[in-house]
Amino acid sequence: MSTYITKRILYMIVILFAASFLIFCLYALTPGDFITGNIKLTPERKAELREIYGLNKPVIERYAIWMKNAFHGDFGYSLSQQKPVLSLFNQYIWNSFLLAVVSTFLTWLIAVVVGVVAAYKQYSWFDTIVMVALFAAMSIPSFFIGLFLIKMLAVDWKWLPPGGMLTTGSNSTGLAYVREVIHHMMLPVMVMTLLGVGSLTRYFRSNMIDVIKQDYIRTARAKGLKERKVLFTHALRNALLPAITLVGFELPALFGGSLIIEKIFNWPGIGQLYMQSFSLRDYPLLMGFTLFIAILTVIGTLVSDILYHVADPRVRL
Amino acid sequence: MNMDNVLDIEHLSTHFKTEDGIVRAVDDVSLQVRQGEIVCIVGESGSGKSITAMSVMGLIEAPAGQVVGGSIGFQGEDLLQLSRNELRTIRGNEIAMIFQEPMTSLNPVLRIGEQLMEPLMEHLKMSKKAARKRAIELIGEVGISRAEQIADSYPHELSGGMLQRIMIAIAISCGPKLLIADEPTTALDVTIQAQILDMLRRFKEESGMSILLITHDLGVVAEMADYVVVMYAGKVVEEGEVVALFENPQHPYTQGLLRSKPIINQRQEELYSIPGQVPNPLELVPSCYFHDRCAHCMDICRTTEPALKETGSQQKVACWLYEEAIAHV
Repeated sequence: MSTYITKRILYMIVILFAASFLIFCLYALTPGDFITGNIKLTPERKAELREIYGLNKPVIERYAIWMKNAFHGDFGYSLSQQKPVLSLFNQYIWNSFLLAVVSTFLTWLIAVVVGVVAAYKQYSWFDTIVMVALFAAMSIPSFFIGLFLIKMLAVDWKWLPPGGMLTTGSNSTGLAYVREVIHHMMLPVMVMTLLGVGSLTRYFRSNMIDVIKQDYIRTARAKGLKERKVLFTHALRNALLPAITLVGFELPALFGGSLIIEKIFNWPGIGQLYMQSFSLRDYPLLMGFTLFIAILTVIGTLVSDILYHVADPRVRL
Repeated sequence: MNMDNVLDIEHLSTHFKTEDGIVRAVDDVSLQVRQGEIVCIVGESGSGKSITAMSVMGLIEAPAGQVVGGSIGFQGEDLLQLSRNELRTIRGNEIAMIFQEPMTSLNPVLRIGEQLMEPLMEHLKMSKKAARKRAIELIGEVGISRAEQIADSYPHELSGGMLQRIMIAIAISCGPKLLIADEPTTALDVTIQAQILDMLRRFKEESGMSILLITHDLGVVAEMADYVVVMYAGKVVEEGEVVALFENPQHPYTQGLLRSKPIINQRQEELYSIPGQVPNPLELVPSCYFHDRCAHCMDICRTTEPALKETGSQQKVACWLYEEAIAHV
């Protein structure tokens, strides 16, 4: 087990090196940079700025500098915001995380419960209605359902605020602040859950249907166990096992932000910052963020492998 | 209903709905198991022998499969009339079952001990501690050493033979009146087979339970059975006391089965096999279902179904050859 983890961590380092090189090349070799786009600058001033930011050095040297700084915990300096990339992450990422963690929790909860019940009552009216509803939820584009819900719940019925994280001009603190944030996050969480729940429910439903057909479920029934026990002790554990792979992928998703949802609901998250940096060609920020997601992805897969070992006695590491 | 009978199946019919039509997997089957007796159901794959057992257990998968008629008497009660919950309290308690594939019959993510403790806690209302103690005893009783260690291991760490012993331990844990064994040795090595069968017989003698043994292996039948029921295409074609049936098989199908059994020390050029195949269950019309494979097929066999008639003191057969009126034509 511990040799396995050591080996995996060594692999992770190699993979991250390769990833960082690719990420760097992608941005460094794209024609133009933050300075090119600014038409107000004279050619002399541009050359001067390139000198200051070290953009006139050879690509390999720039990569070496970037990596050296990254090792020291310095992911670069955002050119457009004039702040260190990490402090910007810290400022925006938790807003995205808040939305993601709540909607992911709701998505998994609904998917497991509905998936299990639908599988148990396969082809019943409940199953049919659920399947139709899920397909509908999966097929509607996020920008449409987002705007539609804003129109209905925020504009027409005025139940929920249409966007933002706080009411404009609000300076509430303490419990009032928490309540205000919760009120504001309801719509985006609703939309994110709606969009994510479809595929996951179908996934759990089909896992569960496979498991219910297994011989050991027949044995459990033959032992005269209560149906609840058969389902939740014997079937569900086996049906949840393959989902551990997904848990690994949820880790980067929790911190990655959501470009479209944050834009629609004007949520001050990392997704919005990312979009904005794209149009300004703020490459240090983009590179730093992409590398951050790469690190989380690699850690996520390691975590899911270890979880597999914990949950499934047949898996040896 | 004879009180001597632990199990009394009368005119049981179990049908499956498929896209192409209704399959009569079990068609008007009657059989009895007396106390302390081993009854074997013999037949090819698809003859309905497993479905008969599953019907007794109430484990037919609805809505596709359904018991459509008959009665299953067990200790004076008709199992088919019981509620799901009442049936559940009998299942695993008074009627237990072991299956063909021990490797897949236990839950891969639960420890052996936990799986053994479940029926004890469910039916005998044992505490967790008492159940664990009893589970370890049971593992010892089915001839596995290091019982404590085995209780804490997972199914994938044991061999097929050991797993089948565990299945037997689970089955006998609550002291059942009837044990249904659905091809319990088919997936095992020959040497292990004999051990498993010996063990079943030993438990039967110790506890006085009855066994309904489903098999296609006539060697197992000869070894174990008191009474034999031969099934073909969902019907009982012949039944009888084991010695009588082996000495004087009457139905051409039973005769064929006995002929196709290889005999040790008698090397034949070619093993005998019954010509033809099991009929498609969707295309059955009133007839003897064996008629197109039968060497003695007569006109009546193609159009009318023979009834199960007593022919000897201990034997019944469903074949037109033994109907007096027809035989003399």
